[in-house]
Amino acid sequence: MKVSKEEILHIAKLANLNLKEEEIDTYLLHLQDILNFANIVNNAPIEGLEESFGVNENQNVFRKDEIKVFENTEALLANAPEKERNMFKIPKVIQ
Amino acid sequence: MDITTLTVHELQEKLESKEITICQITKAYVERIEQKEKEVQAFVTTLCKEAQERAKQIEEKVENGQITSKFAGIPIGIKDNICTKGVKTTCSSKMLENFVAPYDATVVEKLKEENLISLGKLNMDEFAMGGSTEYSAFHVTRNPWNLSKVPGGSSGGSAAAVAANLVPWALGSDTGGSIRQPASFCGVVGLKPTYGLVSRYGLVAFASSLDQIGPITKDVEDAALLLNIITGHDEKDTTSENREKVDYTNCLKKEVKNLKIGIPKEFFGEGMNEQVKEKLQQAMQTYREMGAEVEEFSLDIANYSLATYYIIACAEASSNLGRYDGIRYGYRTKNFTNLKDLYRNSRSEAFGPEVKRRIILGTYVLSSGYYDAYYKKAQQVRTLVKKEFEKAFEKYDILLTPTSPSVAFEIGTKSNNPLEMYLADICTVSVNIAGLPGISIPCGVDSEGMPVGMQLIGPRFGEEVILNAAYAYEQKIKFREQYQAEFKGGVC
Repeated sequence: MKVSKEEILHIAKLANLNLKEEEIDTYLLHLQDILNFANIVNNAPIEGLEESFGVNENQNVFRKDEIKVFENTEALLANAPEKERNMFKIPKVIQ
Repeated sequence: MDITTLTVHELQEKLESKEITICQITKAYVERIEQKEKEVQAFVTTLCKEAQERAKQIEEKVENGQITSKFAGIPIGIKDNICTKGVKTTCSSKMLENFVAPYDATVVEKLKEENLISLGKLNMDEFAMGGSTEYSAFHVTRNPWNLSKVPGGSSGGSAAAVAANLVPWALGSDTGGSIRQPASFCGVVGLKPTYGLVSRYGLVAFASSLDQIGPITKDVEDAALLLNIITGHDEKDTTSENREKVDYTNCLKKEVKNLKIGIPKEFFGEGMNEQVKEKLQQAMQTYREMGAEVEEFSLDIANYSLATYYIIACAEASSNLGRYDGIRYGYRTKNFTNLKDLYRNSRSEAFGPEVKRRIILGTYVLSSGYYDAYYKKAQQVRTLVKKEFEKAFEKYDILLTPTSPSVAFEIGTKSNNPLEMYLADICTVSVNIAGLPGISIPCGVDSEGMPVGMQLIGPRFGEEVILNAAYAYEQKIKFREQYQAEFKGGVC
């Protein structure tokens, strides 16, 4: 499958990444290379096989829905790029 | 006696007989780091001062009888994607350059319960994406056997630190070979446990259905010892299995008579270095001489696995790395006027090129129109790979392959060609796809003196059988007595 410039820009947008003009060609080339190789999966004898989502037995793991309070809010907020009082600060969301 | 050349089980013996003290061990490692780290650059963060203080406290408590753990005072290095409370966990990324985890990973809690001493956090490819540690946002780690070569990756700092005697042992993580391949390149032992044996809680997620934490050590006995410490069910990781605790040192018997070893011939295919092949053939011969039954067979999944791996790993990574938005932790751009810009610019400025490449590939294979062609197919191939391995283990106890098609390569020779770098993972990724245990142990050196690694693969939860087979071989060829990292070559 051939990937177009428009497509890679669309993908970058979905992934919340900006691509500089000079990056677009490189990523396009690499993506194309890797996808060409990945096409091997189309030749694999997989007819009738189920999809695997992991390697564990497919079973739900339940626990009681109990609230556990994480006491060390100071350590959590220490990582905040910007904060005010006890809160994470973000730019205005509603214009 | 140079304390830093000893294995952990040797250190334990000498502590037991009071030949050395806990403070002497830590001091020896701190001096070694001061002397050699500038050449190897294995660490992101060193904790030399803290380690010496901790050693004093632990030594006192051991003398008072307050601590009885046989691992008390043994130093360790930790890969920098495993969360450590109060100490930076950077993932070798600008994104997490100043991130200090507010909690310990479960494996780190277990190390602390046994009173081990952390010497620091070890370098890696950014977010564990890569096979050479060249994709670290901070610095390139060098191979202690030859400083102009890569240590492998992504746990390159861990493997190089063990090989250079900067730490007696280390924790790494393995998503597609990231413990085994650097262990192979650095002439040490690396074990990727069965998926679910070790808790992933506190391991910064790359591809959650493939990631697993494991030991990188000087020898097989140490790998068994470290595995003993880190295994166990954890309710904080729902994929961790609830199994009875095993003492993995009990299986080390030096005995492989009648062990059935399968050699999947497709793993010795195109692109395999001749000298690697030759060393592997000698290893097979050694096993035969020890009474094992060695037989070649066909396991035609290597190429499918590799393609599947890059689809699944990147898809999961694109989702896992969505959390880095510059809000609660991690890098935040200065250049924004609205929320969307904040997200986008923070991510674009802080992720390195390999991470962006994988996020783009992952987003592509999950996007509508391509999901069926790539992601869905890859998930079906995953079933195929699991089934093919199951069939192989009906006939064989373990499988033997090279760990990597080559020895460590020169720094800078592959980092501009992503596909070539990916193809080098051909021998290791299928083990993660099927969730199996795999161990890499050294089986000789090439004509330039670079170590060659052999991989042994077991069935799910078959750690004991691969550890024993690795141990028997190791005791027979005595690699460590013949070869050591020599710090050849200058810094380029």
